[in-house]
Amino acid sequence: MHFISELINYILLFIALYFEVFLLITYFETRKIEKGFELMPLPEKLPSVTIFVPCWNEEGTICKTIFSLLKLDYPKHLLSIFIIDDGSTDNTLKVVQRFARNKQIKIWSKENGGKHTALNYGLALATSDLVGCLDADSFVHPLALKKIVAKFMDKEMMAVTPSIRVHEPRNIIELIQKSEYILGVFMRKVFARLNALYITPGPFTIFRKSVFELVGNYKHAYNTEDMEIAMRMQKNGLKIGNVHDAFIYTVAPKNLRVLLKQRLRWSYGFIKNAIDYKQMFFSPQYGHLGIMILPIAGFSLFTSIYFALQRISSWILSGWARFVEWNTVGLHWPNFNFDFFYFNTSIIGLISIVAVVGVISIIIMSRHLTQEKHKIGFDSIYFLFLYSFIAPIWISKALYRAAFAKKTSWR
Amino acid sequence: MLEWKKYAYTFFITAAIFATAILASNYFSQKRVNEIKNIESRIAVDILSSETQFSLLAELSCRDISQSFLSKELAELGDKLSYTEEQRGADNPEVMNLKEYYSLLQIKDFLLAQRIREKCGTKTLSIIYFYSNPSTRSTSSGQANLRPKCNDCQKEGFVLTRLSEDYPELRVYSFDYNLDLSALQTLISIYNIEARLPVLLIDEKVHYGFKSIDDIKEIIPALKQIDAARLKAEKLEQQKATTSETN
Repeated sequence: MHFISELINYILLFIALYFEVFLLITYFETRKIEKGFELMPLPEKLPSVTIFVPCWNEEGTICKTIFSLLKLDYPKHLLSIFIIDDGSTDNTLKVVQRFARNKQIKIWSKENGGKHTALNYGLALATSDLVGCLDADSFVHPLALKKIVAKFMDKEMMAVTPSIRVHEPRNIIELIQKSEYILGVFMRKVFARLNALYITPGPFTIFRKSVFELVGNYKHAYNTEDMEIAMRMQKNGLKIGNVHDAFIYTVAPKNLRVLLKQRLRWSYGFIKNAIDYKQMFFSPQYGHLGIMILPIAGFSLFTSIYFALQRISSWILSGWARFVEWNTVGLHWPNFNFDFFYFNTSIIGLISIVAVVGVISIIIMSRHLTQEKHKIGFDSIYFLFLYSFIAPIWISKALYRAAFAKKTSWR
Repeated sequence: MLEWKKYAYTFFITAAIFATAILASNYFSQKRVNEIKNIESRIAVDILSSETQFSLLAELSCRDISQSFLSKELAELGDKLSYTEEQRGADNPEVMNLKEYYSLLQIKDFLLAQRIREKCGTKTLSIIYFYSNPSTRSTSSGQANLRPKCNDCQKEGFVLTRLSEDYPELRVYSFDYNLDLSALQTLISIYNIEARLPVLLIDEKVHYGFKSIDDIKEIIPALKQIDAARLKAEKLEQQKATTSETN
């Protein structure tokens, strides 16, 4: 029994390490090809862009979102902003009327139907070359659009994803997400190089409008339409790219309950969309996405739970032993005598050290990509220690719901 | 076109990391075993040296027998040996060998302590502790299923570890009851020790079942005397400190 669990650990660690090495090799390849943070050359004739801002009860943050769009460094006559109110019951529609006279902005209101219906509503009305969306709780860096548009010089590029960052993180939950999103910037860059992006994040992914004529409009897709459209594009062989320094700032959940709800929706969405697109898994026809990225993404759902349970059970066992000791001989500060003899040099121990060093290196490289001041921060430390315990909670819940056919909700 | 080469490179690099980890782990494991062997050699030499000294000097003055006569490394060796047993497995032949040698060294140390006591009347406080480790080879293969269980051995282990930390004068000899060692089995038969574990042998009297710190202090009153002496010394120190402050 012990042998079987050891063998499982070795196999899982091998796969995890394999993926880490693969990411690092791809990243270093990408760095060789790209030349750093210089702005890529822009086309002589800039394309027209429409940004949809679907909103539902966002009276608190929507103005800041619109202002950030208006500050975009882009010719005003080529940038349209569609505010699409999806049946808000608060003062959102009233609040946005201050922009009614702005020539760039058009305000629409419709019956509540969900984000994907608001986006499709906008798609039916837009006539620009490129379209994108900005959630009403996100803000865009002034240079982001130009950096993204530059990528469309590649005629095959059909969608470009930005880098999402957390807006003004303060407490531990937000800081953990800050580190997680920074890591996401690295992953997105590497996945883009592999043409294996399977999520086009809602906030400010820019598409050629023709994409929707080719593959169809947004679907409900279990409240994760940004994931489903990306998978649909990949299935149809459409190229998705990334600009790692086109920064978009989003307001992250401030407490565990809201975070769990959001992540439950994302994980559940991934599981259901993955089932819908299961023919892509392990299929060489879809390149690295099919052979490696999608299988690993699915696999990591289970390994994260497995490793978390293992760690918790070993803590419980050693905690129980400590409790018995305390009960028998009382509380006692151990004489700390550091002897290398007792250092964990088991095979799994040594490989885990290599894996953790790999993760820390990736964190440092991600922070460099996102122009963070320091190589490592408190957010990274919270992430390293706490994330692997929090994530399995929403993952296991999502798996349970997917297995027993329960739905998720937005809010 | 899928870059199959990259997948192959990645596989080789990952396999290389694994292979290095396996080699490193085995290297450190062997190093540990060697360290234990070295400690055991040193202890064996210490014991032999003391025994020889004892035999040579028939009229050995009891003044010459100090605390350092008996090896201090025995306790450290015990800890390292249990750790290695956990890492490498209790049925690893090298570990078994080390454990048997360790048990013999303990018996020799105990006998030497007895001879000193007979000669000089100095009482070395000692506890012989028998425990059961379910994975050890039993005395005969036919009795593999009759290894005595010991639910309280973990607790007794905590008690004895604490006592040996608090009282360096106390020597704790621990023996795995099931160890296939004739000298150990002889010791067990001399004192008629039954398989009702944990067992403590103190002053040639056998005590069965779990004994707490207080229980052991009742059995060995000398420990209480040491406590009293320490308390007295502490009070004296405090008085000295307050007097020098006032001056």
